[in-house]
Amino acid sequence: MYFRLGLSFAAVICATVAVSEEVKPTEVLFVDGAVEASLSGQPGDPSSGADIMNKGAGNCIACHQVSALAHLPFQGEIGPPLDGVADRWSEAELRGIVTNAKIMFEDSMMPSFYKTEGFIRLGDEYTGKAHGGGEVQPLLTAQQIEDVVAYLVTLKE
Amino acid sequence: MKIGAWTAVAMLGLTSVTLAQDGNTLSIDGETIVTEAVAPAHLENLDTIYSGWRFRTSETQALQIDDFDNPAMIFVDQALDLFEAVDGSEGKSCSSCHTDGPEEFAGLHASMPKVVDGKLVVMEDLINSHRQDVMGAEPWKWSGADMQAMVALIGLQSRGTPMDVTIDGDAAPFWEKGKELYYTRFGQLEMSCANCHEDNYGTMIRADHLSQGQINGFPTYRLKQAKLISRHNRFRGCIRDTRAETFAEGSDEFRALELYVASRSNGLHVETPAVRQ
Repeated sequence: MYFRLGLSFAAVICATVAVSEEVKPTEVLFVDGAVEASLSGQPGDPSSGADIMNKGAGNCIACHQVSALAHLPFQGEIGPPLDGVADRWSEAELRGIVTNAKIMFEDSMMPSFYKTEGFIRLGDEYTGKAHGGGEVQPLLTAQQIEDVVAYLVTLKE
Repeated sequence: MKIGAWTAVAMLGLTSVTLAQDGNTLSIDGETIVTEAVAPAHLENLDTIYSGWRFRTSETQALQIDDFDNPAMIFVDQALDLFEAVDGSEGKSCSSCHTDGPEEFAGLHASMPKVVDGKLVVMEDLINSHRQDVMGAEPWKWSGADMQAMVALIGLQSRGTPMDVTIDGDAAPFWEKGKELYYTRFGQLEMSCANCHEDNYGTMIRADHLSQGQINGFPTYRLKQAKLISRHNRFRGCIRDTRAETFAEGSDEFRALELYVASRSNGLHVETPAVRQ
């Protein structure tokens, strides 16, 4: 009985630690545009990252071409192709670019995927109406950012 | 055919915005429409302006070449009936005063928006003020079918005329406001009109081939919506898609933006009513 209580106590502590390790969008530490540590405190899942490349608020291939995802039609041409992107950038740099590309590239058109303030006429998603005033959710969660980064570091030539 | 080749090049990722547009020329019932022109002097970042027609597939382009194929013409025909229809407390129709018919408005569209008595006025304003003040009729809804059909009918009278919007004098403060809006990065995606339509025209964003966002063909028949689309409705859609709170159709912000965007088309021929995807 003591043993089981102890276990569940440990589980509670672990959960608390995991939550507190998530870096809030307003507290991300950039060094020359790069972000060293995992935003979620957890490793990313590259297969989830590959999914996010093609869906929801990620939709990276709307603007970037990825040969490894050639089965997905209508890849965009706005940003640079991502083939070999892990040869050109470190994991920390990739995390920084996905989190907020404008830190490294001031005038980048790329949306800032882990940012919650400083917007002009922030809307309520795609309704065209004003944001309701509650907590602003970033385009991607900390874990989704990590998943995308985990996928991007696989793109070597 | 050249547009097909051009698209194939685009798919290979070898595009550049400086790459020549397709060699097609737009001719409607024997009348040549200028779809490419030297950019007006006020445009700092573009050398050449292109009609949105140049960025569309050959199938969509073909619908605009012949008025019998142009689905917008059904609405223009309806507007001809509306022009003759008595409405309101004064027992008048448009034609009660405009006895020469819509042809009286040749050239008007090419100069709109314009400042009248200190106010920036777009075509919808002119139509509704005449309906209310002269006919004693209810104003039409901005993007309603009647309104946009009438805007298209009046615009058609200027088809083939170069866009020539005044930007100085009384218009200057409105134009400056519109320019500021054009370059403002709105919403959670933080995108301005310029991000897509000035910096990246000619490239693909997902399945969309980005144009310069010229409005010389508005109202346009938009195939995906199967009706005439007003300029302000299109502005609203783009700003909404940046995850922003949009401005209202008929707002002063959109009037100013319309003036600025129309001035970016100065030199292109009016194509109203155009057909787009």
